[in-house]
Amino acid sequence: MTDRPETASQTAGPYVHIGCTPNAAGITGVFPTDLGARMITGEVAGKRITLTGQIFDGTGTPLRDAMIEAWQADAGGRFAGQDGADPHFTGFGRCACDATDGSYRFETVLPGAVPWPQGGTQAPHITLWIVARGINLGLHTRAYFDGQPQNAKDPLLARIEHKSRVQTLMAKSEDGLTYHFNIHLQGVEETIFFDA
Amino acid sequence: MSDVPKGGYAARQPGHHPVALYPPYRTSVKRSPQAAPLSFPTTMSEETGPVFGHDILGPLDADLLHNFGPQDRSAIGPRILVHGRVADQFDRPVAGALLEVWQANAGGRYRHAREGYIAPLDPNFGGCGRVITDAEGRYELRTVLPGPYPWPNGPNDWRPAHIHFSVFGHGFAQRLITQMYFEGDPLIPLCPIVRSIQDEDAVSRLIAPLDMTRSLPMDARAYRFDITLRGRRQTIFENRMEGL
Repeated sequence: MTDRPETASQTAGPYVHIGCTPNAAGITGVFPTDLGARMITGEVAGKRITLTGQIFDGTGTPLRDAMIEAWQADAGGRFAGQDGADPHFTGFGRCACDATDGSYRFETVLPGAVPWPQGGTQAPHITLWIVARGINLGLHTRAYFDGQPQNAKDPLLARIEHKSRVQTLMAKSEDGLTYHFNIHLQGVEETIFFDA
Repeated sequence: MSDVPKGGYAARQPGHHPVALYPPYRTSVKRSPQAAPLSFPTTMSEETGPVFGHDILGPLDADLLHNFGPQDRSAIGPRILVHGRVADQFDRPVAGALLEVWQANAGGRYRHAREGYIAPLDPNFGGCGRVITDAEGRYELRTVLPGPYPWPNGPNDWRPAHIHFSVFGHGFAQRLITQMYFEGDPLIPLCPIVRSIQDEDAVSRLIAPLDMTRSLPMDARAYRFDITLRGRRQTIFENRMEGL
């Protein structure tokens, strides 16, 4: 079936920012803005939220050189490029983790539910992709929203054998505006990563 | 792309990729997940992705020789042209793919706050560029040959000369970051990052051959680097997993 093998991944390395967020890395004047710097570009529909957190290695140290990307549906459950998608929402965010504390932050909207291929719907979630020095193949995970009633019927969450690990995919919020989502690369709290 | 099938993306084959934990690449020891990944068929979240139009591109974005320094100044070092084709695993061209590249200058020095190598910066070289593939999936970049450089891993490790590529296809499932190496570089087989790929054929596909047919006389040598992304299956039924 496969005619040509997929090109092998290699680590993004410590200098990923030069290519992906050059303005944030101090290389100005080449590109006017960094791609993914803003997910909301106007009067967006839906509830505005912040998704923020840190990425921890197996020693509990936050990664300060990682880059994280977000891809998600708009508040109506449509992805940018689809008919009816919100024209003021790109769905794509990209963030260089803070050089001091390793935190990342996306200003976005609470996504709507999206279809599951075999029927039914998936609970609202944000796809995340993490690259860094020491990560040989970009890590794919999702942030779901703790307390959303749709989580109970989400087909992907239902597949998770070790139910104690479901919590690793839950972004948590006290005020319903700022959601905290930490990612653990190893250890008892290791985040579930996907090979979908 | 009306001729692109609408089935799910074929599963990624781990054997074509580096292993997550490769102790000779020391940073991977504490940054590699230990649990098995969770598999599921691709959904809208993976089959869609950001689309970047030609309107984001400036006239010099694909010309690293000239996109940073003052006008009429060129970056220092051996001038090269890098070109190739982006296709999916079923050999369908990927039109409109965004390629972002970054690299060290000819002396092996990156323009980055955390970079401490003694080789000097080139005032005319920023080290980043980008290009969008045409209808046949083809792209072309101009730059300088990056230099090899030492890095803090083992006591005397040197990276082979390389250009980093970040690739956006049509679906987020195709997202890929990789590195292109240069034919004939003796550092390639010594590099722990390269050796994290256990499949020799997969390594060889990252090594761009010299391409004299595209080399520009009295100007620049050409190297060819083709990129293959995951592809979509013909029907949704092929995507249905056992037991569903």
